[in-house]
Amino acid sequence: MKKLSARRRHPLAALVVLLFALAATGGLYAALAPAPKAQADDSSQSLAIEQGKKLYSVGCASCHGASGQGSHNGPTLVGVGSAAVDFQVGTGRMPAQQPGPQVVKKKNIYTQAQIDQLAAYIASLGPGPSTPTKDQYSPADADVAHGGELFRTNCSQCHNFVGKGGALTHGKFAPSLKGVSAKHIYEAMQTGPQNMPSFPDTTMPSKDKAAIIAYLNAVDTAKSPNPGGFTLGSLGPVSEGLFAWVFGLGILIAVSIWVAARTTKAKKS
Amino acid sequence: MSTTTEEAPARRGRPTNPGERIAEWTDGRLGLYKLAKSNLRKIFPDHWSFMLGEVCLYSFVILILTGVYLTLFFHPSMNEVVYHGSYTPLQGVRMSEAYSSTLHISFDVRGGLLVRQIHHWSALIFIAAMIVHMMRVFFTGAFRKPREINWLFGWSLLFLGMFTGFTGYSLPDDLLSGTGVRFMEGAILSVPIVGTYLSMFLFGGEFPGHDFVGRFYAVHILLLPGLMAGLLVAHLILVFFHKHTQFPGAGKTEENVVGTPLLPIYMAKAGGFFFLVFGVIAAVAAVATINPIWEMGPYRPDQVSTGAQPDWYMGFSEGLIRVMPGWEIRAWGHTLVLGVFIPLMIFPLVMVSIALYPFIESWITGDRREHHLLDRPRNRPVRTGIGVAWLTLYFVLLIGGGNDIFATHFHLSINAITWFVRVSFFVAPVITYWVTKRICLGLQRRDREKVLHGRETGIIKRLPHGEFIEVHEPLSQQQLHVLTAHAQPKPLDLGPEVDENGVERKAGPVAKIQARMSRNWYGDHSQIPKPTVEEYEEITSGHGHH
Amino acid sequence: MSETGSQNHVPENLPEHGSAHGSAPATADPFANPGLPPHEPRRQDIDEKAAKHSERVVAGLFTLSMLGTLGFIASFVIFPVDKIVYIFPVGHVSALNFSLGLTLAVALFCIGAGAVHWARTLMSDEEVADDRHRVDADDELRENVRQQWITGAKESGFGRRRLIRNTMFGALGMVPLAGLLVLRDLGPLPEKKLDHTAWQKGKELINTNTNQPLRPEDVAVGSLTFAQPAGLNEADDDFQTQIAKAALMVVRLKPEDIKDKREREWGHEGIVAFSKICTHVGCPISLYEQQTHHVLCPCHQSTFDLSDGARVLFGPAGHPLPQLRISVNDQGNLVALGDFSEPVGPAFWERS
Repeated sequence: MKKLSARRRHPLAALVVLLFALAATGGLYAALAPAPKAQADDSSQSLAIEQGKKLYSVGCASCHGASGQGSHNGPTLVGVGSAAVDFQVGTGRMPAQQPGPQVVKKKNIYTQAQIDQLAAYIASLGPGPSTPTKDQYSPADADVAHGGELFRTNCSQCHNFVGKGGALTHGKFAPSLKGVSAKHIYEAMQTGPQNMPSFPDTTMPSKDKAAIIAYLNAVDTAKSPNPGGFTLGSLGPVSEGLFAWVFGLGILIAVSIWVAARTTKAKKS
Repeated sequence: MSTTTEEAPARRGRPTNPGERIAEWTDGRLGLYKLAKSNLRKIFPDHWSFMLGEVCLYSFVILILTGVYLTLFFHPSMNEVVYHGSYTPLQGVRMSEAYSSTLHISFDVRGGLLVRQIHHWSALIFIAAMIVHMMRVFFTGAFRKPREINWLFGWSLLFLGMFTGFTGYSLPDDLLSGTGVRFMEGAILSVPIVGTYLSMFLFGGEFPGHDFVGRFYAVHILLLPGLMAGLLVAHLILVFFHKHTQFPGAGKTEENVVGTPLLPIYMAKAGGFFFLVFGVIAAVAAVATINPIWEMGPYRPDQVSTGAQPDWYMGFSEGLIRVMPGWEIRAWGHTLVLGVFIPLMIFPLVMVSIALYPFIESWITGDRREHHLLDRPRNRPVRTGIGVAWLTLYFVLLIGGGNDIFATHFHLSINAITWFVRVSFFVAPVITYWVTKRICLGLQRRDREKVLHGRETGIIKRLPHGEFIEVHEPLSQQQLHVLTAHAQPKPLDLGPEVDENGVERKAGPVAKIQARMSRNWYGDHSQIPKPTVEEYEEITSGHGHH
Repeated sequence: MSETGSQNHVPENLPEHGSAHGSAPATADPFANPGLPPHEPRRQDIDEKAAKHSERVVAGLFTLSMLGTLGFIASFVIFPVDKIVYIFPVGHVSALNFSLGLTLAVALFCIGAGAVHWARTLMSDEEVADDRHRVDADDELRENVRQQWITGAKESGFGRRRLIRNTMFGALGMVPLAGLLVLRDLGPLPEKKLDHTAWQKGKELINTNTNQPLRPEDVAVGSLTFAQPAGLNEADDDFQTQIAKAALMVVRLKPEDIKDKREREWGHEGIVAFSKICTHVGCPISLYEQQTHHVLCPCHQSTFDLSDGARVLFGPAGHPLPQLRISVNDQGNLVALGDFSEPVGPAFWERS
């Protein structure tokens, strides 16, 4: 204890206490914050559309209107198509939880069956892009290199050269594509969620979209090779510069301090 | 016959030791022993902050070594080829030979990726170390006479180093660096009258043309490193000739240098430090990717990636260009692109003011003496404040340069960050100058207290009559000396307005500015007077106190 | 200004600052330089066993370095250049890069560590003082040099013979002009090159993704498409230079959302075509936000409003994006009705 009390006057003592308090508060919040749950009216023999309508009225109608016509809080869903629903609900973006410059991805609270029902209901409101089939979005047999060229022409300006995401105006952003399923990537290109523009099949054919997905599978997954070592986020020179200062120069200064330090004397004076 | 040549001085006879025989042979041709006499046991002082310059030197050597290796494999050509190498996501893609040879180095040459990474990490560390070294020299006043020219040499090395880095990372012709070259071309276009001519001459035509990689290559491997090598040698010669500065302390004066000799200690420590630096950089290159050009793709002027920043040392100009409002003046058939031209000019203006600082300070203070003892930064509050203000400005601009990365990672709006930087550009250096100056003055007060009253031990003692006091320990003479060794000059005196014959003397406007700034530097609100011997003796004699 | 109440230099029970060297203030000047403190020996200086231990440590470090070099050679030979291996927490790295790098690091670092440890523990650490000498010359030397200069200058006759001096300056001043002149052919003169692009009346808009002509029904509201003029081939020698000016961004807005009349007229049924090259310093813009109709440049965050003549909303760009006037031809493909009405890309002095 004597060592501790002798250290309490140390200039860094306050900082240590502060860091500990912050860590404790943050950790407790993360562990104990409540998570939302999906609710649905459960009636055994409904067609998919009716079932979807029930899910809709509980989880979506408050912002998107009782029959999908939209309101102050949410746009109309007439004509967005089942692809949009599959994307928005499947990635957890919808139901939106809090206001902000854009809706963010969160934990998905519906099962795929429920999502399909919602999608069927919304598709019934008006024609729009439909959920893609596996042959459309599957990247098998797609040309990875061509996908890369397409990605760099159409996508990297928002999403970064390997899909790590980027900033848009006023707090909006293009999210990271890491870990996003092939189907959802396809649907995003097809429907243009929120401020992302759409890339319909007429200007970006289905196999081009599959090629882009194949490219992302090659470079942006947990299994993608990073031959040089830590990727540092694949964010480019900003993170590299930070690393060079903190670890490169930092370690070299620590080494310099060792080299020039006073050697231990024989007697403790 | 008469001999017109000198007779060889009498010798003891040939030495038997082979090493000594080689030394004598060389001495007979180069006169080495005269050089060795003054330098073999030359004294260098020991302090870790004096090794920052060595980090710069060694990372430069590493850059040359790894750079030569890279030139053996790199093709500095913008001729287009279709890639058929081992990196599958680029199979069949058209690219320049420069890019394709860089892919070859990274994926097909054994050790190539490692050498490329060591080269690029060294470059980042080289410039970072130069800045930290420069700030150490600045804050300790080591740029004062006789070292002003050495400051200029060092400054030139920093400036040239930044451009060597820029031309270097633009050589692979990848999407990220090509975007940076496009920015540079746009900046050159903004120069009034001659901008378009400069751009056409530099690129051999319109952007991107077929020439810039080859031209950058010549600049990067020959012109700039050659200049830097020359400056580096001159820089080191001056350090040897002037002898290194030292911090005040026991036994250290303006007329001596205290430390350990070159042979053997500094040869071992400094020589060993080269291997330590190289080892650390090699370890960093083994575990961290830098500039993964294969992920970025070859450069095309109609493609871009977000997060388009230059290497960190150009970040300060990147910040300037991002936050500057887009002012353009169109008149009489011409356009003055202030939105690009002003940032382009601020960057060299700030650099030039750094270069001229030693001369500015010696003009203001009127100090013409040689200085070999370093200042403690707290004893020069105005200079330290200026240094911190400039670092603040630099850091604010780095934030501006990375505004989109900060926006995505801290969930902020880039527009808000841009405005923050615009305001902070003017406000933050002023605030940090003032805060730093107050902190320095506070530290000076504390030093004064320590000298006069001793060090607070934190030990509480109860006196016989019941009073609690904190025990203060008197300082040793070495400590007293260090805390009072600094010179405290007086501000320049303009002299009486009327001389002894009653004639009015008017000081010119320049002299008035000089006197005013000198008062700012050394006046009452810029330094706390050192304790005098009389004050000290009065307190320690025990009179008048409890 | 003492805030600590009373301080007292009570001699008893004080922790003695043990330095026996010069701690008692000299009566003459308590602040005077006490001189170099006497040398304090290290363990290795007085204890031969400690010195031997240090020697073994240094030798061990040098040996470790040799092992590092051997490891480097072994890695070079063993690992194929394309082998990827998973190493926690670094990821799927090149086995060769990782192993070569770490073995090299060990080999180098241990040489340095050994040398430094040797210096610190075994070489003499006695601090020595050496005299400095004034940098500038003393009076005698200054006078000597001055005399030499005066003699030499007088002998040259430079001051007296003005004609020589003036013509010499003239010759030396003019000869560098030759060196400057040969740089003229570094590049062509700008003339009107920056004012024109490859777009002309009747040139079809080709979708960069598919290399097919773009038709109005292909372009949906809220979509983003990139186009280039027909006739540009990636394999052309000057493709890069042409695309650097001709790259085009095509979006479709609902006609009622377009605020600028000229923009509506120059488009086709809400389809509008703008230069993809930012008017700040030339990056391709193209971060199109379909709900706000704003387009952002990733380089320096210039923001343009594509529903209002692409005027600048934020950021360092100085003027709006040039719009390409488009229509459809007989085959129903989108075509340009001419070149851009102003130079694309960054502004420059001669731009009116």
